Amino acid sequence: MAERVLSFSQALNEAMRQEMRRDPTVILMGEDVAGGANVEHLHGDEAWGGVLGVTKGLVKEFGRDRVLDTPISESAFIGAAVGAAVTGLRPIVEMMFVGFLGVCFDQILNQGAKLRYMFGGKAKVPVVIRTIYGAGFRAAAQHSQVLYSLFTHIPGLKTVVPSTPYDAKGLLISSIRDDDPVVFFEDITLGGTKGPVPEEPYILPLGRADVKRAGSDVTIVAIGKMVHRALHAAEALQAQGKSAEVIDPRTLSPFDEETVLASVKKTGRLVIVDESHPRCSMATDIAALVADKGFDFLNGPIKMVTAPHTPVPFSPTLEDHYLPNPQRIIDAALSLF
Amino acid sequence: MHIPKDTLLWMYERMQSIRTFENRVKVEFGRGKIPGFVHLYAGEEAVAVGICAHLSDADYITSTHRGHGHCIAKGVDVRGMMAELFGKATGTCKGKGGSMHIADMEKGMLGANGIVGGGPPLACGAGLTAKLKQTGQVTVCFFGDGAAEQGTLHESLNLAAIWKLPVIFVAENNGYAESTPVHYHCSVENIADRAAAYNMPGVTVDGNDIFAVYEAAGAAVARARAGQGPTLLECKTYRLYGHYEGDQQTYKVAAEQQKFQHERDPILLFRRTLLAGTLVSEAELKAIDERVVAEIDAAVRFAEDSPFPDVQETYTDVYVNY
Repeated sequence: MAERVLSFSQALNEAMRQEMRRDPTVILMGEDVAGGANVEHLHGDEAWGGVLGVTKGLVKEFGRDRVLDTPISESAFIGAAVGAAVTGLRPIVEMMFVGFLGVCFDQILNQGAKLRYMFGGKAKVPVVIRTIYGAGFRAAAQHSQVLYSLFTHIPGLKTVVPSTPYDAKGLLISSIRDDDPVVFFEDITLGGTKGPVPEEPYILPLGRADVKRAGSDVTIVAIGKMVHRALHAAEALQAQGKSAEVIDPRTLSPFDEETVLASVKKTGRLVIVDESHPRCSMATDIAALVADKGFDFLNGPIKMVTAPHTPVPFSPTLEDHYLPNPQRIIDAALSLF
Repeated sequence: MHIPKDTLLWMYERMQSIRTFENRVKVEFGRGKIPGFVHLYAGEEAVAVGICAHLSDADYITSTHRGHGHCIAKGVDVRGMMAELFGKATGTCKGKGGSMHIADMEKGMLGANGIVGGGPPLACGAGLTAKLKQTGQVTVCFFGDGAAEQGTLHESLNLAAIWKLPVIFVAENNGYAESTPVHYHCSVENIADRAAAYNMPGVTVDGNDIFAVYEAAGAAVARARAGQGPTLLECKTYRLYGHYEGDQQTYKVAAEQQKFQHERDPILLFRRTLLAGTLVSEAELKAIDERVVAEIDAAVRFAEDSPFPDVQETYTDVYVNY
């Protein structure tokens, strides 16, 4: 039988639908997750199903008690999701674009992330904050940010960045079932990408990287849509006789150190591709990890391919220049030989 | 308004327990026994107690940085609380939260909160759980006059109103946000006047009068339990001590402080009213006073005798693998 193919967005939708069927305490809330609340001619049906349609159809199946449109009040509704999590629900809450964390950071940083610890373990906080991130959509500086390193820095939060539809479904189900707050990053440009996704529910454990391509000469660690650019670069490198191994960490906290270190031990070379800025990023973090625990494996310096330390520009020529591209990854890898 | 005698005595005991606890914390802090800093609730007892008198353990409260009174009113064990303040392993939060983060889920106490305005969104969440699960629980969100100017409160008032959440927002207006008087930082005479903007009842009462607080809270809690939505209840009260222990309080007017202590102290007023009637005798109140002192003495001994947490506790109750 042919493999079933879904888009990245459809895979996320299916994960939420299956978890909401399985567990009545799972609810979904956010701006326009259904859309058209209180609009009579919709007869309870949705208008949008999320700004990108990721939650389409969920209100039809689960009703407006479990698929809650919120006012544009991120502090109130993300904090409410945290409060609901502490008192017995398992909310999935949308922070539409990750840049909006600027208006609600306290409820994540000082409440959600810290309650379990500050309360001596007496509280569980099973909330998933889904958010769109990334450049490439011509959405300019406030709607194109990456920012997963900010959340990865905070104890008490887990951070997940899937790159394929298959990973998106399995990781979202794991995140919903996790008892800690998880920030789940969905690249805005990956929503329509397609790939095989089994219909039955499955989990991918948080903290396990995936080797997206095996290789022997250079390790490329890439995150989110950079995984696809790294795979593209690896093809080109192969044509030049260099075998690249592409590793997708998939979750940034927890982070699978072992898989990265084992690969570097094998190849002796490391390129890290991170769509974020060059300072205090996942790139610097992974570089520090390998410098500390894998220094003796390295044949040369660790190369980082990142976006520049600028806001994301709007104009297509500028934004295309801003994003790390396969050629930069190829150049970085070849500089190690 | 008829209040049963056992409720009256319960309220008196809790108020005295809070005052005695806070006075003792003041002493122990002065002795260097309590690390960090503490914000004392003394003077505001009628608010926490008059409201929590309507709640059961199943109901929730969110609190503030000035949270000891809320904890005691909600039934959190004073021994665990004192041990928590001392940073001991036997504390309510195993010594990992301290004064500003005491929480006790079994008592419906969702945590003191070090962030001014941190609690209202959480209260909406607790209210949402109760509404969706149809449990009949209510959530009380205590906040100070300082938090009245935080966006989180205004967002939460609106959210609770549109979703008809069973939440009672209680403004504890003690006259000062840290050192800044409410008549400077607040655009309206009464914080509860803002309820009109959120289409919910707004009620302002004398927060030093336990009877007034009890009555207003009863109506707000009944409304919430009946599924009729939130209320904004403002209790005007006074902070007997500084914003934090060690605050010289140069911003306070001496006459105002004197007047409060001699004429408006909620425990003084309550005691006077109780003894003016025939229901309660002085001997009964004296017995309560003595019992409370003994309990707080025991709590301090418990805290002093308890061990500090093992350093390995640093690594529990959070995902850590780095």
